[in-house]
Amino acid sequence: MPDVRLVNVTKKFGKIVAVNNVSLHIHDKEYFALLGPSGCGKTTLLRLIAGLIQPDEGKIYIGDRLVNDVPPEDRDIGFVFQTFALFPHMNSWNNVTYGPRVKGFDTEKASTIGHEVLEMVRLHERLDAFPSELSGGMMQRIAVARALAAGAKLLLLDEPLGQLDAKVRNELRYEIRRMIRDLGLTAIHVTHDQSEAMAISDRIAVMKKGKVLQVGTPQELYMNPQSIFVAHFIGESNFLEGYVSKISGKGAIIELRGEIKVQAVCEGVKSGERVILAVRPETFIVEKEIKRDKNFVSGTIERVTFEGTNVRYEIRLENQDLVVIVKPSIIGEWFNVGEKVTISFPPEKTHVFAYPEAGLREEIAVE
Amino acid sequence: MPKPKITETLDRLSSKKSVKYGVYLTAVIVFFALILLPPILGIIIKWNTMQEVLSQPELTVGALNAIGNSFAVALLVSTIDVIAGVPMAWLITRGKSKWLKILDTLSDIPFIVPTAALGYSLLLFWSGSSGLASLFGSPLVSPGWLLVILLHFTFSYPVIVRVMVGALLDYKREYEQASRTLGAPPFTASRTVTFPILKPSLIASFILAFSRSLSETGATMMVAGILENGNYVPLFENGATFIQTHLGPNKEITGPVVFASFILMILSCSIFIIIRVLGPRLKTPIKKVWPLTERKLSYSAAASSRNGISLLTFFIFVLIPSLFVALPAIEAILGNTLPEALGGGGVWGEYWQSLLLSYGVGAVVTLINAVISLPMAILIARGIFGKKVSGILDILVNIPLIVTSAALGASLKIFWESFAFVPETWLLVFAHLSITYPYLVRSMSAAVERISFDLEEASRTLGAKPLGVFRTIILPLTKYSILSGAIMVFTRSVSETGATLAVTKLRTAPVVIVDWVRQTVPATPLEIGLGCGFLILFSFIILLALRLIVRGKGRY
Repeated sequence: MPDVRLVNVTKKFGKIVAVNNVSLHIHDKEYFALLGPSGCGKTTLLRLIAGLIQPDEGKIYIGDRLVNDVPPEDRDIGFVFQTFALFPHMNSWNNVTYGPRVKGFDTEKASTIGHEVLEMVRLHERLDAFPSELSGGMMQRIAVARALAAGAKLLLLDEPLGQLDAKVRNELRYEIRRMIRDLGLTAIHVTHDQSEAMAISDRIAVMKKGKVLQVGTPQELYMNPQSIFVAHFIGESNFLEGYVSKISGKGAIIELRGEIKVQAVCEGVKSGERVILAVRPETFIVEKEIKRDKNFVSGTIERVTFEGTNVRYEIRLENQDLVVIVKPSIIGEWFNVGEKVTISFPPEKTHVFAYPEAGLREEIAVE
Repeated sequence: MPKPKITETLDRLSSKKSVKYGVYLTAVIVFFALILLPPILGIIIKWNTMQEVLSQPELTVGALNAIGNSFAVALLVSTIDVIAGVPMAWLITRGKSKWLKILDTLSDIPFIVPTAALGYSLLLFWSGSSGLASLFGSPLVSPGWLLVILLHFTFSYPVIVRVMVGALLDYKREYEQASRTLGAPPFTASRTVTFPILKPSLIASFILAFSRSLSETGATMMVAGILENGNYVPLFENGATFIQTHLGPNKEITGPVVFASFILMILSCSIFIIIRVLGPRLKTPIKKVWPLTERKLSYSAAASSRNGISLLTFFIFVLIPSLFVALPAIEAILGNTLPEALGGGGVWGEYWQSLLLSYGVGAVVTLINAVISLPMAILIARGIFGKKVSGILDILVNIPLIVTSAALGASLKIFWESFAFVPETWLLVFAHLSITYPYLVRSMSAAVERISFDLEEASRTLGAKPLGVFRTIILPLTKYSILSGAIMVFTRSVSETGATLAVTKLRTAPVVIVDWVRQTVPATPLEIGLGCGFLILFSFIILLALRLIVRGKGRY
């Protein structure tokens, strides 16, 4: 059964370092996501694992086998391309049975596999259809079926849902997840959509500029981001600039702009250090009553957006910082634009990061 | 900057439906009146003269044999072209060596070297005493059918390479990569996925190579016969050379010429239609796979051998024979021939005049072509008169490309001769216009098809009139294709011999070279070498210009 190990893998295209000294271990039967913005190197990493390109440095293992010099056809993988890459001159049946045929399976066995996988993706009735006659969702299913029919235990998916409508995308991501779990496969799924990665993955590696910033379960990444970028990219965060004015107990007192002091639970910061305080939108408590206490900041509602499940408020704080707060739409009363409010947050639900050398804007930039 | 008044007026006019359709309708009328109908009407005018041929069975059989030879050579050569050219195109596009860019450029050389110079170069290399004979003691190939095949291979091979390099570069590699990840070794992936997908390009390149072989006349005449006591004796005859040898003493169009032209035109069009209709239906064996054998063919020894054979074939049969004429040219430059040539004495006076005529006619033909073919290209690409009409026009514009140019020239001469007021130079221009018309239309219509219609619509929603859309969107985005097409028209016109010989007594540069080689006009080997050398030099300059211009393409 295949696990995948990458040891100090680097890939350059001319002067651009697409993958920079990446080491990862993807466990057997794990559903693993490579998540990051466009151009972060996630697809390059997937293509390195598939053998479609070769690393400049480092080692890639599939199972116990070092595969650096093994061509893609001998790596025993299935690959689902973002554009599906269904062969336009073959119908669904010939696309699906292509893998068994080129691997030299006898006709009967190839046919049995073909029927099984088409049954699995519920497209048995369209086996005569050519790719141009299929909808996006159907093409995606055929692409998955084709990859599965090749008999691989490792499935590599390169933004497989990227070309589909939101509704179909949501349905299919769970369908693929279920199928892979039922078949006991290992899957590596590349996506730039954090909600997709969080919904289906056992673990996620967040990438930026060719490097892996953090690997963890969706909960770990959300609850305990190790960097400003991860806090920004996984879910949503408000970033408030300030200085550590005092170290106290388990945390520190942070002085925000406008001499507003708030308490945060954190480690490893020094008094006087310039920091960024990150607070998730749903962590804030909003009250109409004006309060003057620790971790209470007053502000004015600047914009209200109804998003269905949630209501989103943009609040201008008294120090002119802008924060975004999200509240369930069916709980409690709504606030109106122009209304004066007080916001607060529990100190243990904040994250404190050293102020980035390149500046906050550059640190959270996704392009 | 405000628009000049004339531009504003033209923009406004272009919004009127009557003006828009008027322009496109004019393009269609010009195509029928100037390009398509004259050769057909020419044959009809002289229809009666064919009786003369049919009443002489020997002449009929001779004509049919020559035409049979034309198609046999074209079929054989185009097939060998595909077998040899496709691996070369693969090597150029998929190889990793930095030298491949140079190889890519080198593979274009025989494509743009005028065939008259190419013919003489091959004659020297394969049959001349300074060529392979100096290595092996005697010439390897004597003039005749084998040398004709070698010649046709040399000049049609780059057509396949060029088309297939383009097709492979445009090809979405993901299909092949998908095939590899599903377990197919490289050979299986290319056999079952890449080439079946590229079948339309393969068919197109085959048709181009086939028609190029059918059309070539001047160089074929050089290598198809020998000189005996100063007289040219043909040892092999094809349709194009048959037409030349059966022209009257003052280039009158005789019955045999009309007969051969008619049969060549009918057969060319029929074969073109058969290939166009049946080609896409041709099934390639993609279901059956031989995993072990194909795996062996995919790696190391087999792949290296394939690349080695491709390179050897290219150098021995294409590049070295094409450039072999450089030897006498250099000898001429080092000796006394160059000053003589530059001084215009002896045979050179006529040579320089012929060169001026060739480039002059080439320039006029290119300019007229640009004006008449642009609206036709847009009409085809955008389906202005509906998809069906566009489809039919798309087939019809290809006809001058596939019909043997000597046959086209002969029939055009009959037609235009009936208008006594048409001067001979214009006859030449009309003939070259007919032959080169498809190049610009095809190049431009393909470029327009690549432009998303959204861009045009965006431009219209921002306030541009139809002419403004053409000026500001289509023209800037297609200018490199227009330039490439224009250069193809120009070089083809400068190279053309068959139609030139058939329509006029005016002597263009390739005609002069053919006469020198056949000693109709006595010239020394050094003079012929230098004459060819000049033609090749100018062709190199044109290729360089093409490369420099097309390089800018990446900006879009």
